[in-house]
Amino acid sequence: MSDIDRRGTVRSRFEAQHAPDADLDKIDSSRGVERRKPALWITWAICALIAFEVLRFLVGNEKLNWPVVGQYLFSLPILEGLKWTIILTIVGMVLGVALGTIICLMRLSPYLPLRVIARVWINVFRSVPPLVQLLFWFNLAYLFPTLSLGIPFGPSLFEWNTNSVITPLTAAIIGLSLYTSPYAAEIIRGGLMSVPRGQLEAATSLGLSPTDTFFRIRLPQATRIILPPMGNQTIAMLKGTSLVSIISMSDLLGAARTIYGNNFEVVPLLLVTVIWYMVLTSILTALQGWLERRYSRGY
Amino acid sequence: MTVISARGLRKTFGNVVALDGVDLDVQRGEIIVVIGPSGSGKSTLVRCIDQLERIDAGSIKLGDELLGYELDGKGVLRRLPSAKIAAQRREMGMVFQSFNLFTHLPVGRNIWEAPYRALGVPIKEAKARSVELLERVGLSGKADEYPDRLSGGQQQRVAIARALAMRPQLMLFDEPTSALDPELVGEVLAVIKSLAEEQMTMIVVTHELQFAREVADRLIFMDEGRIIESGPPEELFTSPKTARLQTFLQRFAESA
Repeated sequence: MSDIDRRGTVRSRFEAQHAPDADLDKIDSSRGVERRKPALWITWAICALIAFEVLRFLVGNEKLNWPVVGQYLFSLPILEGLKWTIILTIVGMVLGVALGTIICLMRLSPYLPLRVIARVWINVFRSVPPLVQLLFWFNLAYLFPTLSLGIPFGPSLFEWNTNSVITPLTAAIIGLSLYTSPYAAEIIRGGLMSVPRGQLEAATSLGLSPTDTFFRIRLPQATRIILPPMGNQTIAMLKGTSLVSIISMSDLLGAARTIYGNNFEVVPLLLVTVIWYMVLTSILTALQGWLERRYSRGY
Repeated sequence: MTVISARGLRKTFGNVVALDGVDLDVQRGEIIVVIGPSGSGKSTLVRCIDQLERIDAGSIKLGDELLGYELDGKGVLRRLPSAKIAAQRREMGMVFQSFNLFTHLPVGRNIWEAPYRALGVPIKEAKARSVELLERVGLSGKADEYPDRLSGGQQQRVAIARALAMRPQLMLFDEPTSALDPELVGEVLAVIKSLAEEQMTMIVVTHELQFAREVADRLIFMDEGRIIESGPPEELFTSPKTARLQTFLQRFAESA
């Protein structure tokens, strides 16, 4: 690197390397252009390639057998199964969250026995795999041939034959709710603990009752934090309901398995279930987004 | 009439002794300003009066009523049920250093929520009063704004209005301007001064010595959990009796 510039004048090395060669007054940043980004173009190209290949697979592979998919997508057994999937998701989540709320309040209670029960509950129902839980409730009659309600160590007032109480549907509802309850409890606890303590102190110092402080100040703000993980849990529950096909309950997957058990069109029927699960998940995701926006007012 | 009478207050947090035997009497209409170095127990004192902390020893009375406990027939000091304690807290308004506004509610609702829910004031009346109070603190028209849109000084003024909405006998301020930018301190102090002019009984914990000088009927200097000096502000500022107060005032004069 020469120290001599074009006009042949010797300059310091610094000046030579850092010489301003344009008048700053004439440069306007608003006329600036973005740098060329070859990495971006390559990324786009790769994405396009992948999309193309995926589409080629979806369209071209005959084993997918789209005509059969179309044949069964709106068929009665599938729609019936879909109905049960939706019902189980809703009932499972409602009961699971209700139970979870109780467990959560017990976990946060000042009374030690309640706290202990809550922690044990959470531990047990998080440890056992959901399928095992469902199988257990379905086969409850093996351990308890009759269920009775009465005075402890005394006479029973009501008695039921366990086999008539426990059906695939009741076992599914019990199993799914109990399975969800510890996750709901922890999600709610996280939300409740996220509310700044200062606001709770302010509510207390204003003389708001503990109930009012909880329902008017703590819970509304906790809801904002609870929604994303709870929405996640709901979507997971939607898929989790597919386990009930193992205890002979005809949900969406159960119906699909029955059909392909007869006509051996395994892949198309599974595609039917995939499509329906994706539709439902999209609806749930949109619902979650709406709820999150609604609870974000003031932030 | 004595609004607050506290005797022998003691409070420890783990190993730290925050209050080490504090006696205090506050008369109706009196304005007490508490000053002192960090950790002197000033905040703990007002928090204990508001029953946000439970005192370990001593007693506090609001007028004739014992705070937090009742003496039952057999002479046992029993803790009051939470509903009664809430009722006692309603007699005192507290303003916090970090405002503690309800961020999920608009400003107006921050003010009328407690009177509506805790005092059973009809909602129209509660809302009307909240509009009045907003005007009182110089924030008319902000009722529908959310707290996060307001400056610190505005938020603190809303907090003052919120505390006033419960018509308390006594207002407690825990370093109300310590979290504010200097330009915003003045507007909050102005509101507090106007309350003082209306003879509201107040205990103000602050570092604003000039304000203390102008507003206090009685100045209290605390250090290490005890009241070291107490008296008219002019007296404490011009002729501090103890070395500790002298050092404290010197340090403040230096940093001013």
